[in-house]
Amino acid sequence: MALLQISEPGLSTAPHQHRLAVGIDLGTTNSLVASVRNGISVVLNDEHGRAMLPSVVRYFADGEVAVGEAAQALQSEDPANTIVSVKRFMGRGLSDVGDISQLPYRFAQEESQSSGHGMVQLRTVAGIKSPVEISAEILKVLRTRAEASLGGELVGAVITVPAYFDDAQRQATKDAAKLAGLNVLRLLNEPTAAAIAYGLDNASEGVYAVYDLGGGTFDISILRLSRGVFEVLAANGDSALGGDDFDQRIYCWILEKNQLSALNPKDTRLLLTMARTAKEQLTEHDEAHITAVLSGGEGIDNVLTQNEFESMSKNLIQRTLQPLKRALRDAKLSINDVKGVVMVGGATRMPQVQQAVGEFFGQTPLTNLDPDKVVALGAAIQANLLAGNQSRDDWLLLDVIPLSLGLETMGGLVEKIIPRNSTIPTARAQEFTTYKDGQTAMSLHVVQGERELVADCRSLAKFELRGIPPMVAGAARIRVTFQVDADGLLSVMAREMGSGIEAAIEVKPSYGLSDAEITRMLQDSTQHAKDDMQARALREQETEASQLIDAVQHALMQDGELLEVSQRAHIESQMNALRDALQSLDHMVIKRAIVALNESTVSFAQSRMDKSVKRALAGKNISELEIK
Amino acid sequence: MHSFDAAKTHFQRFGLAPSFRLDTAKLEQSFRGLQAEVHPDKSAHLADSEQRLAMQRSTLVNEAYQTLKSPIKRARYLLLLQGVDTQEETNTAMPVDFLMAQMEWREAVVEAERLRDVAALDQLESCMKQDTRELEAHLAVKIDDERDYEAAAQLVRKLRFMEKLAEEISSAYDEIDN
Repeated sequence: MALLQISEPGLSTAPHQHRLAVGIDLGTTNSLVASVRNGISVVLNDEHGRAMLPSVVRYFADGEVAVGEAAQALQSEDPANTIVSVKRFMGRGLSDVGDISQLPYRFAQEESQSSGHGMVQLRTVAGIKSPVEISAEILKVLRTRAEASLGGELVGAVITVPAYFDDAQRQATKDAAKLAGLNVLRLLNEPTAAAIAYGLDNASEGVYAVYDLGGGTFDISILRLSRGVFEVLAANGDSALGGDDFDQRIYCWILEKNQLSALNPKDTRLLLTMARTAKEQLTEHDEAHITAVLSGGEGIDNVLTQNEFESMSKNLIQRTLQPLKRALRDAKLSINDVKGVVMVGGATRMPQVQQAVGEFFGQTPLTNLDPDKVVALGAAIQANLLAGNQSRDDWLLLDVIPLSLGLETMGGLVEKIIPRNSTIPTARAQEFTTYKDGQTAMSLHVVQGERELVADCRSLAKFELRGIPPMVAGAARIRVTFQVDADGLLSVMAREMGSGIEAAIEVKPSYGLSDAEITRMLQDSTQHAKDDMQARALREQETEASQLIDAVQHALMQDGELLEVSQRAHIESQMNALRDALQSLDHMVIKRAIVALNESTVSFAQSRMDKSVKRALAGKNISELEIK
Repeated sequence: MHSFDAAKTHFQRFGLAPSFRLDTAKLEQSFRGLQAEVHPDKSAHLADSEQRLAMQRSTLVNEAYQTLKSPIKRARYLLLLQGVDTQEETNTAMPVDFLMAQMEWREAVVEAERLRDVAALDQLESCMKQDTRELEAHLAVKIDDERDYEAAAQLVRKLRFMEKLAEEISSAYDEIDN
């Protein structure tokens, strides 16, 4: 569909068909899927009318998987194989997870983790599972729910991530979506999604702060809303702080109160569940009763008051205020500049959180949209736009990268390449040279974080540039380009320019999953539904092919004069080749023909794009002349 | 993206005259208008090649905007257009009183951080901002009115010191928060 959408705003170039797209909030505690129906964003419920899918996955020995309520209801029965809050493990190594003795899981030490920064793996009765696979199970359920509810296949999904997620966590999320068979239209920051839902709803203007305390992550985003533009000025947060930590405080209080130590996994899970229930009760009531019987027969019967809970969770709330101050400082704003504060995430229901945020900003936070649903609702609105369904009244989203990207330099120090809060997409090129005669390789280490020492930042990728032509020291010129795309994902490209020999390589940062592991995951997930996938792939390619042919024909009709005769003939022959390929019923053959036709139209697309940009700029020049 | 960026300066891209004094409202408006055309979100449903192109163009527009928005970057860029290198890495010749003031400032920041004295830090920050604004006002005169680019380059080098100082103040705030 290379050339389809270049047109005057508001004018449709082709008969419009509503493309099914969804927004998915892949949460630590609960996940949701939403979609725009008849112009309104709605959360899609399951067959029992439930909106929230508990982010809980249970593996059985026979390979069966239970997700959601079914897995959650019996989580104390089989805690080692029932994974809750898997989001905390996404893109994380064992050293990031903290005290694993507090968790009921068996962690596997993979060979690929020898490098020291691999993602954690969990040993279950169904084999070793990575957080990516476990998250994919949740996403598959939501995808099935959406397809059943919307009555068709999805063209794509917007998946939300905490704004403060680093590259490894984002990449893991995107991989999980791919594994679940979803076409990712965009990774969208959760607070930004909430701002879309709020902003479009209330036609707001001005500076807003979004305070998003979820099950396992905390984000603060400062946005400026004006005339259809959502501009994120700064984002900050803590990707390991959330409602779970409040549960943990209550859990520890129960242990202390009853002089318990070293519980088995079952009792641990039971008491954590009791702690969570108590926390929720304290939202509405002054005290909560905690009663349970442990596996050894010991009875637990405690009363927790709101005051006690407040004092034990005080420093958790305090920890959210530091990122807040930092975000305001980065945005070069003061508290008085903030027009409204939006509360997002189930944990913001806690009265002490609302009070602390209200005191900080000197105003009552906004809670008129359901804090559990607002992210999914916003994501669905954005998915609808990205799928190409919104031709009028659209809006523009300008988001930022939350953490600085840098390179390791001499002495284990970090040189910042792209500073935090840069508007994405963004790129930065840096030139390097060799320091020894005849040197043909050099290694680069990319890190993310704000600290000065490499050891205190997250290691994203280590890679070696080879094939530098041998020259005297300092003669080679190696240009390394860091590109951060609109998903906030980094790719690095290196090019040797000194001798006219240009060798370009592209490096995707890895979080420790080897290619073999990814292949295994893909095989595992596809072997059941292989035929299904084949048929699906064919249908997808057929649809794409016919849309592409339509689009090219339309473009030729509209802007054919931009082409020379030979260029036009080349495009037309590729178009005929694609028509022939459609007869083959082989999706790979069709795909190759699609790629060929697409490639033949690249320069045409550029000329058309230039024409449309020129038109836009030309319009602006007139007003400038008047001002001058 | 070659024909898109061909021979266009950052100023031309936003339809602005190449000067240090800048209509920031106009820059912002023009930036948003251009991003509304080229942002990758506008082509998320198109082929990969279109999306790549959009990413490159949007990146370029962001870079142009960041360059013009920041006074020091804008000055550096204007001088570059005039063929003047600001020599920030190589030319370290600075008036002694300027260097002395810088040293005193740094020591004061370190001291405020050590004592966790937010009020002192606030005071330092406001002085730093005041001095930065004065340097910028000077730059406007040197670049736009007198076209004295060598003097402007010296002012850019001074601003670079102020920028580093601002970074140190910011990280001192971070340390105090932690």
